[in-house]
Amino acid sequence: MDQRAHNTIEQPSSHGELLSHDDVLGSTLSQAERITSELLDKVEEAITHYPVSKRSAALPLLHLWQNHFGFIDESGVEWIAAKLDLNSISILELITFYPWFRQKAPGKTIIRVCRTLSCALAGSYEIHEKFCKSTGIDPTCEGHHGIPTSPDAKFSVEFVECLASCGSAPVCLVNKDLVERVSLQDVEDIIKKNS
Amino acid sequence: MSSLIEHPHPKERRIIFENAGKSDYTPDIENYLAHGGYVEARKAFTMTPEAIVNEVKASNLRGRGGAAFPTGVKWGFIRRDDGKPHYLCVNGDESEPGTFKDRYILHRDPHQLLEGMIITCYALNIHLAYIYVRCEYTHAKEIMEKAIQEARDRGFLGKNIFGMGFDLDIYFHEGAGAYICGEETSLLESLEGKRPYPRIKPPYFPAVLGLYMAPTIVNNVETICHVKHILRLGSAEYAAMGTTGDGGTRVLCVSGDVMKPGPYELAVGSVTLGELIFDICGGLRPGRSLKAIIPGGSSSKVLRANEIFKIKSKADDGTVIDKEVPLLDMVMDAANLAAAGSMIGSAGVIVMDDSRNMLWALNNLNQFYAHESCGQCTPCREGVLWMSKLSTRMIAEGAQESDSISLHNIADHIAGQTVCAFGEAASWPTQSFIDKFPEEFGAQIAHQ
Repeated sequence: MDQRAHNTIEQPSSHGELLSHDDVLGSTLSQAERITSELLDKVEEAITHYPVSKRSAALPLLHLWQNHFGFIDESGVEWIAAKLDLNSISILELITFYPWFRQKAPGKTIIRVCRTLSCALAGSYEIHEKFCKSTGIDPTCEGHHGIPTSPDAKFSVEFVECLASCGSAPVCLVNKDLVERVSLQDVEDIIKKNS
Repeated sequence: MSSLIEHPHPKERRIIFENAGKSDYTPDIENYLAHGGYVEARKAFTMTPEAIVNEVKASNLRGRGGAAFPTGVKWGFIRRDDGKPHYLCVNGDESEPGTFKDRYILHRDPHQLLEGMIITCYALNIHLAYIYVRCEYTHAKEIMEKAIQEARDRGFLGKNIFGMGFDLDIYFHEGAGAYICGEETSLLESLEGKRPYPRIKPPYFPAVLGLYMAPTIVNNVETICHVKHILRLGSAEYAAMGTTGDGGTRVLCVSGDVMKPGPYELAVGSVTLGELIFDICGGLRPGRSLKAIIPGGSSSKVLRANEIFKIKSKADDGTVIDKEVPLLDMVMDAANLAAAGSMIGSAGVIVMDDSRNMLWALNNLNQFYAHESCGQCTPCREGVLWMSKLSTRMIAEGAQESDSISLHNIADHIAGQTVCAFGEAASWPTQSFIDKFPEEFGAQIAHQ
């Protein structure tokens, strides 16, 4: 909690996402109350891509929201639903279905290790284990549509299914960047660089 | 993205990867134009739409996403003048484990895809098209949207494109980490902003009731890129590169226990599995021998190293005979892999050597399918989870023959019982791993 308190509102992460934590001390505003004009512009623009049905903009809006706030809170669900003339459940059911979306704040650096066969053959289980151990993450503790996060909120680490880079296995995504042929040494370097 | 090597193997024939393979190739429109870009799109507007569809039919192009359906036949389902809106959705979900080809097109050669889409849309009277790409391709949106804007600025997209009185808008749409969205009707549901539960066919064939219940063509990224090259080379030359009924080149993605894994673009039917693994991919690691090959993405049935297949072929006098073909001598194309009881699928070849445990490998895949089942159909939703739990327990407690019978039984009751092909995709690994490697699943009898 103390660690997070220093992360006062909306600190740009290394990949340009704005991360914030609802439980940050002093921040009692919901995400919908903290919406920026820049985000609004992006939302309006995204909706124009779907001239036949506004509902099609649901996924793009969820992406925009999560990229901006780091996760999607209840106010975000309601805001997006209202924007697209939908019931809240039509948005909530997307967040609970698609693995990419979260309802809990992630760590500052999000590491997604590919778990599927070609990467597993190349040692992805060892890579994942080392990421978890080095960051103090309990991989089994992901909570409700959240992502396993280190106690200091610096890292989130999760196993994901095939990242479609099997020719350079094992691979992981560090925020937006694909790291190929990841070695145990690379794991140490990635953690050091992002600590 | 370093597994696409710059210098092609002598057996490769690069058409789709001609530019993407070059390390100094940049994805901007000036560069694409300098490499002959948009020549075929301009040419298309000098042809009648029917002539383009006929060219694609004559090219024998088959879909590169997994089902290998003849593209021209699919296009033939669309009636240009039925008065309805038509849509094109390019499938860039690329989620089949073992498959990694479209990523190079989307990141390195975005205009090749746009040009293929423009030709396709003109041929089928489509004015609105989407590119559906998995969001794990975190830079693809930026690259593709920049390319779309460049094409727009040049008058290649938008109103009255190429000054030919034809309007076309293309938008990029990101998925959100669900494998099922690669299934075409699931992709459409996802694009409509809903949970991506696949639709049942009939009646929901996309060409009849697709996006927004209008006739829609869903084609793979690589498939659409081939359209440009069919126009460039002519259908006869394009078809001649491949085999009967299966034209052109296709990208084979090789991963697993080979020295040089990567995507290799080859003329269809031009190499055997042995040539692919031991010649093109540099063979196995020193001291290792081949154990198993998954030939067409994780859903295709596994093949065992010492298997001999009976494949029908024409003898010199024209009679059809059963020819005995050892695995490594088998030609790597859709017809031969189907004859061997597997499939070319998405051409994701996963190679396993003798250090691998087949129960462990199957359990990895079972966990994948358990995670990715959309949950719409009971046999799949419940069954894949049972399979995953069972194979996990077999690893922890030792495999008994009764376990493998249960495991096989569950798979047998999923396949054919679901709305979409995920049921088969999830069952075939279990069925084939147990059938081909019974000794590793607690069976008392040795493999015949």
